[in-house]
Amino acid sequence: MLRHAAERIALALPVLLGVVLVGFLLMQVVPTDPAIVRAGPNATIDIVEAIRRDLGLDQPLHVQFGLYMWRLVQGDLGVSIINNVPVSQELGATIGPTLELMFAALIWSIPLGIGMGTLSAYLRGSWLDRLIMAISVGGVSVPVFFVGLLLIWFVGFQWQWLPFTGRQGPLWTLQGLRGVALPAITLGGVFIGPVARMTRTAVLEVLSADHVRTARAKGLTETAVVLHHALRNALIPVVTLIGLQIGFLLGGAVVTETVFSWPGVGRLAVGAITSSDFPMAQGTIIVLSGGFIIVNLIVDLLYGVLDPRVRGA
Amino acid sequence: MSLLQVENLRTVFDTRQGAVVAVDGVDLSLAAGRTLAVVGESGCGKSALALSLMRLLAHPGRVAGGRVLLEDEDLLALSPAKMRARRGSRVAMVFQEPMTSLNPVHTVGAQIMEAMRAHDRSLSKSDLRDAAISALARVRIPSPERRFDDHPHRLSGGMRQRVMIAMALACQPRLLIADEPTTALDVTVQAQILDLLRDIQAETGMGLLLITHDLGVVAETADEVAVMYAGRVVERASATDLFADPQHPYTIGLLGSIPRMDLETPRLPTIEGSVPPPFAWPPGCRFAPRCAFADAACEVAPPPLAMLAPGHEVACIYAPVDA
Repeated sequence: MLRHAAERIALALPVLLGVVLVGFLLMQVVPTDPAIVRAGPNATIDIVEAIRRDLGLDQPLHVQFGLYMWRLVQGDLGVSIINNVPVSQELGATIGPTLELMFAALIWSIPLGIGMGTLSAYLRGSWLDRLIMAISVGGVSVPVFFVGLLLIWFVGFQWQWLPFTGRQGPLWTLQGLRGVALPAITLGGVFIGPVARMTRTAVLEVLSADHVRTARAKGLTETAVVLHHALRNALIPVVTLIGLQIGFLLGGAVVTETVFSWPGVGRLAVGAITSSDFPMAQGTIIVLSGGFIIVNLIVDLLYGVLDPRVRGA
Repeated sequence: MSLLQVENLRTVFDTRQGAVVAVDGVDLSLAAGRTLAVVGESGCGKSALALSLMRLLAHPGRVAGGRVLLEDEDLLALSPAKMRARRGSRVAMVFQEPMTSLNPVHTVGAQIMEAMRAHDRSLSKSDLRDAAISALARVRIPSPERRFDDHPHRLSGGMRQRVMIAMALACQPRLLIADEPTTALDVTVQAQILDLLRDIQAETGMGLLLITHDLGVVAETADEVAVMYAGRVVERASATDLFADPQHPYTIGLLGSIPRMDLETPRLPTIEGSVPPPFAWPPGCRFAPRCAFADAACEVAPPPLAMLAPGHEVACIYAPVDA
């Protein structure tokens, strides 16, 4: 188990390196010159050149990348070229709210999605199954921002039930909970559909397995068969797929944070990109991709917990 | 009194083309402590028969008629909840595929304990554990305390089948249905498993309904034999009578297809053709198209089982044949 974990972590490192490299190169292809952005609209050519030298942008690409990597391993992500704040400081301030939002979105949507999918599989062919699947398809098809805007318009603005702008406080206070409610419903809402569908498919597949027939032959109740055998085994593929879906959830977080003015990494990324704040954008890319890699690492390790055959291997 | 009495059992599969009959009016009877083997080729309906008795047929299969009396209680008339309570406790089943019939994510011990707990909620955790370990010991699994915590993938096919048997017997059922229990195992393990079943039967007096295509297995274990062909029983006899004096041409053909060491035959005899699928069953005797003795009279109606001698019944209008 420990070896399995160590192997996975070792494999994650080159992926992270690749992310940094791709992020770095992306910034090079953008037809905006960071030196000009930094200098402002009224700067002279000389000033721009001076800034270019100052930022090291006159060096060849590989030297720039080497320098960036060298600073990165020391924990230095550079300084915003818009407002001179260290990138790591901004990221440190925004990562908490983002994790908070993700947590608040997943804590209810994953259990609900799995529950709906299992119920759907159990009652396959019934009207409830069809209703659940219709809701799921809706959830998959409706864009995040649209759900967010609907919630803002009705729940937040018209009926004034819940606040819809920004974070109101820490998650454990009532204020904080009220503040996170709408963004978490939005972000989690789009997640329920895929989870429910995946769970239904996986549970149905396990329900036709030989060992489920054995379980029935033992005289187990149908509930025990579905929960203890079908769902328990179906969790293996479901967890894998949830891990993959979290990537999309990160994208959804960027949109949700923007729509709800949530002070997280996603909104920071959007701001940095629109204002051509290269170091800041690069930093958010690293954090978001790092998050994705960590989630998949956790999924990999969970796989070992859920499936004894992987553990033994 | 017989332990199991099956009367006129009919099982059909609902398809778009209509109901396809898999088991067509089967009668069986089995006394406590005895072994009844149901023999036939693939597709003759023997597995559908076994699952019908357990009421475990998967959709679109269903039992369309008949009675299954287990100690005078009609299993087919029970409510689903009552039938569930009978499964495992009164009638248990062992399946063909030991590799896939155990849940890979639960330990062997947990799966056996689950079978016991399903029928007796009062047992404590440690009672269950002890009972499960002795169930493993009873099927002669070495160091059962250690195997208790193993997952199925750590065990060989033979060991898994032993676990399946331990699980089936955990609640001392009166009837054990074993559907090709040794088919997936190699020959030496086969013999061990059959020995085991026989010993447990002698100990507990349970009835054993053995579904198999293997006449070697029948000869080794069965007291009574029912030969099935295309959804119907074509011959019923004691194992001794059946092997000594087979009467139905299909039975004769089956016995003729066993390789023999004592005869010099250039080619192993076979029965020409294959079992017709249910939708292509002929109107008369279903074996007629493959039968060397068949004539026009055989194509009128399926012949009913007729008694030739006490305990020996044959569904052939030309029986008895002179040997």
